[in-house]
Amino acid sequence: MALLLRNGRVLDPASRVDAVQDVLVEGGTITRLGPTLAAPAEARVLDVTRKVVCPGFIDMHVHLREPGYEYKETVATGTRAAAAGGFAAVCCMANTHPVNDNRSITDYILAKARSEGVVRVYPIGAVTRGLRGEELAELAELAEAGCVGYSDDGQCVMNARLYRRAMEYTLPFGLPVISHAEDHHLSHGAAMNEGVVSMETGLAGAPPAAEDVMVARDIILAELTGAHVHIAHLSTAGAVRLVRDAKARGVKVTAEVTPHHLVLTEEAVRHYDPNTKMSPPLRTKRDAQALLEALADGTIDCVATDHAPHALAEKEGEYDAAAWGIVGLETAVALLLDRLVRPGLLGLDTLVARLSTDPARLLHLPGGSLAPGAPADITVLDPGLEHTIDPARFRSRSRNTPFGGWTVTGAPVMTIVGGTVVHPESAP
Amino acid sequence: MAWTRKDLIAMRDLEAAEILTLIDTADSLQEIATREIKKVPALRGKTIVNLFYEASTRTRTSFEIAGKWLSADVINFSALGSSASKGESLVDTAKNIEAMSPDVVVVRHPASGAAELLARELACSIVNAGDGAHEHPTQALLDLLTIREKKGHFEGLSAAIVGDVAHSRVARSNIHGMRKLGMTVTVAGPPTLIPPFVQELGVKVAYRLEDAIRDVDVIMMLRLQQERMTGGLIPSLREYSHYWGLTLDRLAAHARPDVLIMHPGPVNRGIELSPEVADGPYSVILDQVAKGVAVRMGVLFLLAGSKTGEAA
Repeated sequence: MALLLRNGRVLDPASRVDAVQDVLVEGGTITRLGPTLAAPAEARVLDVTRKVVCPGFIDMHVHLREPGYEYKETVATGTRAAAAGGFAAVCCMANTHPVNDNRSITDYILAKARSEGVVRVYPIGAVTRGLRGEELAELAELAEAGCVGYSDDGQCVMNARLYRRAMEYTLPFGLPVISHAEDHHLSHGAAMNEGVVSMETGLAGAPPAAEDVMVARDIILAELTGAHVHIAHLSTAGAVRLVRDAKARGVKVTAEVTPHHLVLTEEAVRHYDPNTKMSPPLRTKRDAQALLEALADGTIDCVATDHAPHALAEKEGEYDAAAWGIVGLETAVALLLDRLVRPGLLGLDTLVARLSTDPARLLHLPGGSLAPGAPADITVLDPGLEHTIDPARFRSRSRNTPFGGWTVTGAPVMTIVGGTVVHPESAP
Repeated sequence: MAWTRKDLIAMRDLEAAEILTLIDTADSLQEIATREIKKVPALRGKTIVNLFYEASTRTRTSFEIAGKWLSADVINFSALGSSASKGESLVDTAKNIEAMSPDVVVVRHPASGAAELLARELACSIVNAGDGAHEHPTQALLDLLTIREKKGHFEGLSAAIVGDVAHSRVARSNIHGMRKLGMTVTVAGPPTLIPPFVQELGVKVAYRLEDAIRDVDVIMMLRLQQERMTGGLIPSLREYSHYWGLTLDRLAAHARPDVLIMHPGPVNRGIELSPEVADGPYSVILDQVAKGVAVRMGVLFLLAGSKTGEAA
């Protein structure tokens, strides 16, 4: 069925469009943009006056937990959370059980996505078998099966020789190697950032250097091999500086940042709420400021949530024992609109690019554009919608967020995937 | 100053006046130890649970005696051999205990933040008897009571806290308490045992024992956990005691003649303290232990006692 989005502010960084226009979708593809388009017969017309029409957002760092941890999240619940949060596509990390280190698991995830998912799902394959950092996974077959990148996310491949070989072996496939940059020796035993708060709370801290030394190593390996290395969840001012310098030298390195590293600091950990425990940990105000500047100037290419669902029992006890990570799909866009765009710290056009055009570019994904001919993946924002974040209403199976109760202005209000409205479930 | 808090979790939370209220209350209860019948009815009908997830002799016994002298019913719950060792979570265990209507739960736990977690989850009063490397407020209070008894005041006094400050909840509680009461504090030890950013607490840092102990009123030696060597924090106990062990010679050469030597116990004799110092005239280590009972009586009384009644 054809769809006509009527009278919205069309914001497409890919084709540098920012104007009030109509968008016509036919056969799952964007066919026309322009002022007051005639609605074809049978077309469903959606009035999006005073809303912003963007290329469908892509979250390149999500844990869907299936197979193996269905009690935390499934493809069905995770993709519904994505749709509700404004994401038309997600990349799912390989640390499932079994690990996505061979094509049978990739096939399984993609089959689940086809039968139960509501947004596009792009698996990330493991770099090493079982994420153990000892032998390469079957990297060629993972690419053939449909993986769009490689990562041992959650673990850092500590063996530089093996990591170098992974970068070289995958060069012909053109897929990025995504680094969870963390020196496990420097971060040994840590539950949070090393700083004033770790000193006062008595929680063991990991120094920012645990991230920086690995970012430096991975940049050097990218130079050695010519591979595209993408640094996941950049969190320190030092790592920002390293990536900026490397890009200036022409190294093929890209980077992402999470919403929580942009809007929270280590101060949030003072009262031992396990929903402030994530890896990398929340850093300082100075780091958050450096991340924001880097996101604005393009040193950081995209925002990704690192959506990491965990059951309540894994996130309610002692801080040391709690699981790492927070859910992010259903809070990310609203937080970024409220905390960065609304106060004028980041332009809306830049934010939209970092959530759509830029991740599509660096992973070579379809989408990220509203140009005629592009797949009809569309996210509609209402920048003025005030609401209170209520974890009880999440579509995700998990509720582990530090943002419950926050009142924010701005929200994703509609998500379209391949011409189908997937959020809200019963569209007006 | 009237006591209004439900819990005692951290010295960092307290105002100077509240610390003095705790110390004064403890002070007034000290004489119970000298009575022939060591029992007052202040907490008759109250139930206190000692919930200990770490081995402890001194602190647990001290809380138990304090509760009993105040006529409370005191139950000791050791995590060893209990449901906790069968995988029950801390919060579940605590909620099960709470269902039995205790008035105060005294908790010691290896995880920093465990006491605050229970204070948030349970309606009864929580006393932190040591949580990870965070705080051990009753230890700081008994140290402060000891200092005031020996020196008569706090304002203008100086203290050196020496040893494994990084992993010490005793150090953190004492730094907060001493600073709030007007003392100056120097922490000292090899750099690997001094937590980064500790200067933010308003303390000075010294990397030589001789510098730390010169002209201070109080020297507080911390216990060196033997496992610190495996983490690459110090090369050997031998080297540590050579440079950081407090001996009579070093005291005579660098310290004031009226200095107080304190230690939270248990002492590694021959490592951080030579036996002559531990048992010598400067040492107030056993005074600290005696004050411990008084401080815990004071804390339990303020948290669980009748808000209008007299202590004794």
